[in-house]
Amino acid sequence: MSLVDSPAPHKPGLEPTSETTARKGNISVRLRSSLQQLLAFGSLIVLVIFFGIMNSRFLLPTNLSDILLSTVVIGLLALGATFVIITGGIDLSVGTGMSLCSVMTGVVLSYLGLPLWMGVVGGILMGTVIGAINGFFISFLRIPPFIATLAMMLVAQGMALVVSGTKPIYFTSTPGFSNLALGKPIVGLVVPNAVFIFFAAAILAGIVMSKTLIGRYTFSIGSNEEATALSGINVRSWKLWIYTVAGAFTGLAGVIIAARLNSAQPGQGLGYELQAIAAVVIGGTSLAGGKGSIVGTVIGALIMSVLTNGLRIISVPQEWQNVAIGVVILVAVYLDMLRRKETAQ
Amino acid sequence: MTQQVPPLLAVRGVTKSFPGVRALHNMHLELRRGEVLALVGENGAGKSTLMKLLSGLYVPDHGSFDLDGKPFVSNGPKHAQELGISIIHQEFNLMPDLTVAQNIFIGREPRRFGLLSEHALNRKAQDLFDRMRLQLNPRESVGRLTVAKQQMVEIAKALSHDSKVIIMDEPTAALNDAEVATLHDLIRGFISLETGVIYISHRMDELKLISQRITVIRDGEYVDTVGTAETSMKEVISLMVGREVSGEQRPTAATAGARTDVVLSVEGLATKALLRDVGFDLHRGEILGFAGLMGAGRTEVARALVGADRATFGNLRVRGADVDIPNPAVAAKLGIGYLSEDRKHLGLMLERDVKENIMLSSLTENSAGGFIKEGALRRTAEEFSKKLRIKTPSVHQLARNLSGGNQQKIVIAKWLVKDCDILIFDEPTRGIDVGAKEEIYKLLDELAAGGKAIIMISSELPEVLRMSHRIAVMSEGRITGFLNNAEATQENIMELATRRISAIPGAVTA
Repeated sequence: MSLVDSPAPHKPGLEPTSETTARKGNISVRLRSSLQQLLAFGSLIVLVIFFGIMNSRFLLPTNLSDILLSTVVIGLLALGATFVIITGGIDLSVGTGMSLCSVMTGVVLSYLGLPLWMGVVGGILMGTVIGAINGFFISFLRIPPFIATLAMMLVAQGMALVVSGTKPIYFTSTPGFSNLALGKPIVGLVVPNAVFIFFAAAILAGIVMSKTLIGRYTFSIGSNEEATALSGINVRSWKLWIYTVAGAFTGLAGVIIAARLNSAQPGQGLGYELQAIAAVVIGGTSLAGGKGSIVGTVIGALIMSVLTNGLRIISVPQEWQNVAIGVVILVAVYLDMLRRKETAQ
Repeated sequence: MTQQVPPLLAVRGVTKSFPGVRALHNMHLELRRGEVLALVGENGAGKSTLMKLLSGLYVPDHGSFDLDGKPFVSNGPKHAQELGISIIHQEFNLMPDLTVAQNIFIGREPRRFGLLSEHALNRKAQDLFDRMRLQLNPRESVGRLTVAKQQMVEIAKALSHDSKVIIMDEPTAALNDAEVATLHDLIRGFISLETGVIYISHRMDELKLISQRITVIRDGEYVDTVGTAETSMKEVISLMVGREVSGEQRPTAATAGARTDVVLSVEGLATKALLRDVGFDLHRGEILGFAGLMGAGRTEVARALVGADRATFGNLRVRGADVDIPNPAVAAKLGIGYLSEDRKHLGLMLERDVKENIMLSSLTENSAGGFIKEGALRRTAEEFSKKLRIKTPSVHQLARNLSGGNQQKIVIAKWLVKDCDILIFDEPTRGIDVGAKEEIYKLLDELAAGGKAIIMISSELPEVLRMSHRIAVMSEGRITGFLNNAEATQENIMELATRRISAIPGAVTA
């Protein structure tokens, strides 16, 4: 009654074997996953061409450089938010958290008079602490991300005001600091340092997302948290790390915005979190988790700043610019839902 | 058989209780080397509890498990996996947005210089598939695969761990015949002198094909183990059903006789996913029981009837008139009420009081100019609360504080207030204790006697037999037969419920 007699060499196969079909399959798989990015990238190009035709000043190098510069802060916050959102979470604390990091840099440089690099590290460290605290409350105490980070949003705002004494901190004693953001690394090119820092950060984020365990588990948790846990992955501690990484990007954003304004503004920051989330969503990352990309987020952030800049240049009043961005968010999310519905069927 | 060799996997006298329920009692099971052991039992016989114990999600109260003759305690699915036991659940533990390869090697990702190597990962997966002679693309995302292929991914994952024992829970529930054959080939390929498979299924014909022995369990206890070749499937079913059906009440002839006018007539009901050509008539004063195994499509019929899911009807008539039910609001207007099996999530607002729950769907009738008439609400709620004998100090009590039976009565009251005369009960006594069950049965009898037409979906055969005037039995999305109460037995219901419909074209697209 045993099955020792070896089974006939069956050929379990649900479809015909062929090298070419397999390869074709791979290509279509890759195309499909990048469809949303292509769509976002296409929209970006269309927008640039549209504004370029409407007003030729839009395409001037100085204006394009302005657009890039205005992408940097939201973009950095959005890079971190991408990780959090792919896990199926949300982070509302990145805006005010960023201010607290600016203030921390201010304290290190202007109050304590420490060297420049320590200010940079101090700001980023502050961000990782904020992220780690968020992650602790969310993964170990099981507080919903929305609530935990909403609380952190208020705490960070309050702390920024307390530490700074509600006044901006100026970097008059460290004249080199603003160069960190506004210095021009390439002679003859108007593009400032901050833009290069942003793209370097984006490349780093992209590598972390696609090439490291933390990135893989970010997708895995967002895709099916329970299945991930049952596969033996320590979901709690990975989530803590994911929020911590997101916090590091918040910290970097805080340092850069301080350098760009040559001052730490404790009162600013509120509202940045929503713009960052918008950039992530426009870039095709699903708020339901499991799907998204860093490339998409970079494009999403660029779309936001192209829209703002372009609408201003063709003299659309400020209030209507907000309306336009709101509509773009709706369209992006609706497209994502359509796509998901199609996938589900 | 050489008896000196210890069995590959043994369950020895395992007992597991939950508050109020004894899920397993003194359970025995022996899996030999090189065999496929079928494990059968009715819904709720204790199969899933046993699986959770083996995977280490639960800890047994008594008893032990042996692997290769040595006792072991698993402290989680990961640990069980390391010991060589893989469990493939009915709901797959897969991450739909990750690729096939990423899913299989989750937690064991190959790395180069600290970075993930997608290339090495896909090659490892492809090697595995080649060894299994399996056609799968490692780069495809799992969410886009058919259920059959997702099943293959689960099996590949189990094989990649060098498992000795694979336990499969209803692996063919969603597969067509060709896919079942592929699965069986994979199982035969996996079986060697050092491995074994526990195959949980209700499909009697499949057990004949794949298993060597069959272990039957019932009500959390071991019944018997028989050789597949020398046992008829009829014998297996009677072992499964086992308990004496004597002494039970049957619906009285008086109520059973009152079947004249057809109030609901369904023809050619189908859904994209499961249902095929479902048709039946429901009479005034009748309780039509729906029996079948999990996933047979009973709840899907109910949801389609009230417009909760998209479905196509050949013909749908309510009280003789052709109708179209696109959503539950229309169903309610037509007098069809659906009482979900998931009372707590879909039927009740636990944090609101009895009155609000009863009156929720009748607010428009009890308001003027948008303002709610509280007095009228309270009076009606109290009237129905009394009529249905809901045990609550007042209608202002929170639903949360009531017992399961009384919560169920609140939901019934809600539809009665709405004047529904077609009531669909999905597992009306799930999670309700024995005494309260009798109370619900009495109420259903009274409702039918009073002229309501009732569809009752139930997984408990004694309950179906006790309550139904007629019984529709479903399997794989179709009705496989109708039985009058007089001729129905647990055995012939089970026989219809396990009947396998051969390859339904288009049911599962490859």
